[in-house]
Amino acid sequence: MTPPTEVTHADGSGATASEVLLVQPSTLSPARRTITGLLRSRELSIFMVLIAVTIVATAKNENFLFSADGWRNFLVNPSLLLLLAVGQAVVVITRNVDLSVGSIMALTAYLTGRLFIDQPGLPIIAVFALCLLAGALLGLVNGLLVAYFNVPSLVITLGTLYIYRGIVLSWAGSDRVNAGDMPSDFLALGNKAFLTIPVLTIISLVVLAVVGYYLHTARTGREFYAIGSDPDAAVLYGLDVRRRIITAFVLSGALAGLVGVLYTARYGTVSSGVGSGIELQAVAAVVIGGVAIFGGSGTVWGAAIGAFLLVTINRALPSLGIEDFWQRAVVGVLILGAIVLDRVLSKRQESKLADARELSA
Amino acid sequence: MSSTRTYTAYARPLWWRTLVTRESAVITLTALVIVYSILNVPNFDGPLTLKFLLQDIAPILLIALPMTLIIVTGEIDLSVASIVGLSSVLLGVLHEGGLSIPVAGLLALLAGAACGALNGFLIAYVGLPSLAVTIGTLALFRGVAVGLLGTKAVTEFTERWTDLATGTIGPTSIPLVMIPFVVLAIGFSLLLHFSTFGRGVYDIGLNDEAAHFTGVDVARTKLILFVLSGAVSAFAGIYYTLRFGSARGDNATGMELQVIAAVLLGGVSIFGGRGRLHGVIAGVVLIGVIASALRLESVTVNVTNIIIGLLLVASVIATPLLSWAATRLPRRSPRPEETTPPKQATPAGV
Repeated sequence: MTPPTEVTHADGSGATASEVLLVQPSTLSPARRTITGLLRSRELSIFMVLIAVTIVATAKNENFLFSADGWRNFLVNPSLLLLLAVGQAVVVITRNVDLSVGSIMALTAYLTGRLFIDQPGLPIIAVFALCLLAGALLGLVNGLLVAYFNVPSLVITLGTLYIYRGIVLSWAGSDRVNAGDMPSDFLALGNKAFLTIPVLTIISLVVLAVVGYYLHTARTGREFYAIGSDPDAAVLYGLDVRRRIITAFVLSGALAGLVGVLYTARYGTVSSGVGSGIELQAVAAVVIGGVAIFGGSGTVWGAAIGAFLLVTINRALPSLGIEDFWQRAVVGVLILGAIVLDRVLSKRQESKLADARELSA
Repeated sequence: MSSTRTYTAYARPLWWRTLVTRESAVITLTALVIVYSILNVPNFDGPLTLKFLLQDIAPILLIALPMTLIIVTGEIDLSVASIVGLSSVLLGVLHEGGLSIPVAGLLALLAGAACGALNGFLIAYVGLPSLAVTIGTLALFRGVAVGLLGTKAVTEFTERWTDLATGTIGPTSIPLVMIPFVVLAIGFSLLLHFSTFGRGVYDIGLNDEAAHFTGVDVARTKLILFVLSGAVSAFAGIYYTLRFGSARGDNATGMELQVIAAVLLGGVSIFGGRGRLHGVIAGVVLIGVIASALRLESVTVNVTNIIIGLLLVASVIATPLLSWAATRLPRRSPRPEETTPPKQATPAGV
């Protein structure tokens, strides 16, 4: 999981004798380092839990995975939360939080329905573009407020959570958009599959891959981590902190906007209550996936696996013989377990660094 | 936050510092909204309005008290509404099982305190971030509540007790629940504003390491606050259950955000170290009055959401906006040299 730049640095004896290194550069080959890094990663542990849950659930009930419906639900159900978790992870990495995603999602879900009703000729791709744009704009409002007023994102996005929800409530009222109001091509998108993999899942995986690759390799991507681990140092270092924070919120808003459209395609009915409370699930997915709530560490891969695990556990509980009323309790235990695990891992890392410091001193 | 702010704060005379505060701004705004509503909203001064208004905001008023202290220490408790739900379910289940309301209520209160103790232990002694922990226990406590009762509801409660929850003080239209609230409000004010413990709460919010070195038991203080939060939330849950005569697993879902919105509106800084209880109480009343007045005007409930959200955003951006405006205006009186605080990188607290 080490970025290529560090590999050349470690091999190319960049460190002179005068430089004191806290941790000695690894002498392993890049390939082995990648493998050991992967094996020790936080993401793998959560991935193993996901595999274990899936295996146990499938052993109890074969249809959980090995039926057309089971397979499809296994892949499709997590895809919406996965997208929200990716956006949320980027925001959390910069030491912020976006609570308004559920309300943004509701706004664009209703917008989708209204566009199809009021502008019958509009191509589907235009609806997607408009909703992405709407989500990005709402995210931009969050980002501008947070970046320019130096106020905590928790408060700002809690405020916009109410504002955006209020807008969709007054706009939609008790009105519902039903499947009959929308073109069948659009609704088919929610059920269509390519090589047995549902289109919704493909969309979310592509987004995940792009965002993950960007954060992992791009210079500006690494800046998100720098900002999250020490905001003041990031300013002193000359990073454009405001711009990155605005980018994070715009991305989170745009993805929430996309989720709104996909939700409509998948479920066919939209009411003004769509997505209420999902913001905390997205934060939960991020936390389970190993992104530190105080920013600076974690990956979107982890957040995505966290989202997958959350949804899969919910679906697996009935086949494990636990009444599904208890699913939220299990989710709670999972979140607490994940943060305790993070604590233990970071303690270990800390003591390792402290040992290294003593040795070099 | 920064030391420069403390110095400039003392540049003003005493009367200015006591009268021109965020709290008085919120209180003034609340008073203005009340006066406006009485004059312009039909039936706002009717006897039932006050009763329902106070009954509606009572749970939020109650939970906002410990929540204020928790946010002043720089922590947050998102699990309060789930504790409300859990205590509601426990009261229902235990009462159905044959226990009397007082005994079942006491057990529900203890359970609430235990929930708070779990939060407090993980945050104060294990050292986990409160935002993450209480998102976890939000799901956990709500999950146990829903798990215990499923989609059922317990609606059989002794009438004497439900009457108590909906009753008013004598011939007035002030609900009885205001008595425990006033007692708790005085208790929490004494604790926060007139005790060593309360000074410690502010110290922790300003700098918990420094607080530790001045002899404040940081972990113990936080644990006590979370236990109080759990117990008060459970009390609010018992009131909520008896008022509506219904114990359900999903009672008070989403209330945590309403409580936090009210507390922040009341002038408490999310970074910790700043905020006073009378401002918070005014904040809760303000939200309640707006909701109630709009309902009487038969404006849809939805507009209330927008107004609460706008107020919340306005309340945090007002200060930076005003100080920005102040730098643009010519100074009338010479004030101590104000060193520009180091440019803050980001809103550091999540």
